[in-house]
Amino acid sequence: MDIRRAAIVGGNRIPFARSNGPYAHASNQDMLTAALDGLVARFGLQDERLGEVAAGAVLKHSRDFNLTRECVLGSRLAPNTPAYDVQQACGTGLETVILTANKIALGQIESAVAGGVDTTSDAPIAVNEDLRAVLLQANRAKSLQGRLKALAGLRPGQLVPSIPQNSEPRTGLSMGEHQAITTYEWGIGREEQDELASASHRNLAAAYERGFLDDLVTPFLGLTRDANLRADSTPEKLAKLSPVFGKSFGEQATMTAGNSTPLSDGASTVLLASDAWAADHNLPVLAHFVDAETGAVDYVHGDRKAEGLLMAPVYAVPRLLARNKLTLQDFDYYEIHEAFASTVLTTLKAWEDPQFCRDRLGLDEPLGAIDRSKLNVNGSSLAAGHPFAATGGRIVAGLAKQLHERGSGRGLISICAAGGQGVVAIIEK
Amino acid sequence: MSDRYLTLVNSPIGSAVASRVGLPRPSVLRRYEPGAPLLPGPAVLGSTAKSAGRAGTALKKLLTGAGVEVLDALPADGSVAALVLDARSVAAPGDLRGLREFLAPGVRQLGASGRVVVLGSPADGKDVTVDATRQALDGIVRSLAKELRRGATANLLWVEDDASLEWALRFLLSGRSAYVDGQPLLLGPGVAPTPGDWERPLAGKTALVTGAARGIGAAIAEVLARDGASVIAADLVPAGEALAKVANRIGGSTLHIDVAAPEAPERLLDHLAAHTDGLDILIHNAGITRDKLLANMKSEQWDSVIAVNLESQLRINDALLASEQLNEQSRVVCLSSTTGFAGNRGQTNYGATKAGVIGLVRSSAAAFAAHGNSTINAVAPGFIDTEMTAKMPLATREVARRLSSLQQAGLPVDVAEAVAWLSSPGAGGVNGQVLRVCGQNIVGA
Repeated sequence: MDIRRAAIVGGNRIPFARSNGPYAHASNQDMLTAALDGLVARFGLQDERLGEVAAGAVLKHSRDFNLTRECVLGSRLAPNTPAYDVQQACGTGLETVILTANKIALGQIESAVAGGVDTTSDAPIAVNEDLRAVLLQANRAKSLQGRLKALAGLRPGQLVPSIPQNSEPRTGLSMGEHQAITTYEWGIGREEQDELASASHRNLAAAYERGFLDDLVTPFLGLTRDANLRADSTPEKLAKLSPVFGKSFGEQATMTAGNSTPLSDGASTVLLASDAWAADHNLPVLAHFVDAETGAVDYVHGDRKAEGLLMAPVYAVPRLLARNKLTLQDFDYYEIHEAFASTVLTTLKAWEDPQFCRDRLGLDEPLGAIDRSKLNVNGSSLAAGHPFAATGGRIVAGLAKQLHERGSGRGLISICAAGGQGVVAIIEK
Repeated sequence: MSDRYLTLVNSPIGSAVASRVGLPRPSVLRRYEPGAPLLPGPAVLGSTAKSAGRAGTALKKLLTGAGVEVLDALPADGSVAALVLDARSVAAPGDLRGLREFLAPGVRQLGASGRVVVLGSPADGKDVTVDATRQALDGIVRSLAKELRRGATANLLWVEDDASLEWALRFLLSGRSAYVDGQPLLLGPGVAPTPGDWERPLAGKTALVTGAARGIGAAIAEVLARDGASVIAADLVPAGEALAKVANRIGGSTLHIDVAAPEAPERLLDHLAAHTDGLDILIHNAGITRDKLLANMKSEQWDSVIAVNLESQLRINDALLASEQLNEQSRVVCLSSTTGFAGNRGQTNYGATKAGVIGLVRSSAAAFAAHGNSTINAVAPGFIDTEMTAKMPLATREVARRLSSLQQAGLPVDVAEAVAWLSSPGAGGVNGQVLRVCGQNIVGA
């Protein structure tokens, strides 16, 4: 069987909004359909039957069991385009790209859309667990008497709903608190975090200014740019913010609302295809998908420093590099998802640490430093916002376009995810 | 924006009241529906020549071929849908008598949304008597257009060459020209192939429409797609959401571009090179208004209107002509405005650009003709009901609507139909012309 590299043709996303902002009343289905329809419009794919559409959301209503398929049916794609949902926390978006790119590589499909969506505004709120137990018991009862008996278990306190938590079920700690531990263990300073955050805003603002996002973003509900973007952000301004995570570290708490991503709403999509399909449709290819790797760490029982919640990409990247016979320096661009500024800085520091690389990654030499001017060149999640499952699509489409503009080159993507997971990938022009 | 007055005077009571007190009585215009016959009834074909001769036979064949029932004389009773008069033979003032003799009884039997089309020969400077007589046709047609009622129109074709005569006649007789009234149009030489399918004359063509997210631009995109073109709908990024809806409705694609940006021509060429086999149709529709009395006009209000409405068209045309991306027999249509002829208080900047566009098409016609028999023309809309005019004060809007021979505002689709006609292969003999779609508005008419 011939294996071919999947082509990244382009992408479309809606501007990312801050939680309870302009998209407060938009559902995941509304946003993903809008992103999908914008993609269809950009590339003239109306009534086209694609190989498949894969997307997902991290925060999902139970009624959205077939979210992506419903979005396809509500879009201008041909209704006989199959679709499925994927969920791998913040790795969802990139994982959908990997899944569809692999199917294209194997010749199982010729075209696909990968994507993701998330809303923290229209979050699913479930009924109280005790109330649910009572109602299910009543439903199971066979007689009126039995039903009344079960319903007699109703208590006022059961009206308190169950709200989704941004915390790890096994530790009870929020992602920010987990990262605060990692930040502390790795000695990541406040200033470097604020500088990275400021650069993210500066780079994204510059990307908008030069029209880089003109064919990557379609406005939605009156929002034309990412709402979180602060073009005038400076390290000095960011330095004034008080820490919000790791307060138990007292003076050494460094993570603020400015160097952590805010809760956001948004959706993104990426169009992938075989080279032949793209040529048939008169669509230029931006870049090709090369390879990917996922990893996970034991953040529950593992070493506090070596296995922080968001450190799985640190382990996944060297395996990916080895398989592709590349060094960390063999890239023109690095897209390291900015869950927190300190996540990026921890990742880079770990790769430069000889002891860690030897003991934990089994490498004779550390992976070494990267040229920082190649990092997140068009901004990343700190500036754009981070609607969990939508981040992968944002990064893949943006990096592919950046490589296309450069004319050739190679890019590395690294995305950390809840549950101690990480998804990393290489794309190339 | 519905025209409530138009609805009212077309109701039984409203009609009776309006006729007694002498209020304007606009009619619901006949508009084009794909598949509908060209005319709802027969056409009477006449000629100012003693015998219609070969030209008459050719005209008759052409009309019959278009599915029109052609009568050689006015029927004893009953209405006719169109009067077509070949007046190309007039050479002395006395010959004009032929127009009165044919048209006077004819207009009495002309049905609702009827059509009067007069064919003339353009003045050629050879003989003053002949030229004066020929030019007289213009005055007759414009005056008659003002007399016609019930949505009927009268237009004049100056036939220098009959390459585009068939497609021009089809346009003027059909509902496509609903809001074109009292206009003369020059048909010159050119390459004007007959479409394979008259219902889809733009099949296989790639078109780009700027400012396509709403209003007239969206209507143009829609009509071009209906006529078979593959449409790239272009507009500013902030209009992207509406633009995507337009593209998805018509089965086209989108391009986010600011036509006034310095890099716009280059980006446009790159997009065409990457996504198309060359451009066949370009519609310069993007336009803005920044109205202010000249005394109060700020430089940015002045500059932005000039940049978007005029400079962008000049720069994009230059880039296209110098590139490999403009196909042969391409069609460029620029949006002007009746303001470009008549001016408008508070619109010195806008008026400058809309008059400038007229100069642009006239001046670049030769360059486009040299580019594989391409053409460039302008369409000048009059008062058209759009989101923009919906914001006008009620009284101003009502008055503006009645200030035309058709006593109503046009619709975006009326402008779009004229644009689509000029964009079609069959209009290859029309070059460097300005077609007003204004219902014979008294402003600038």
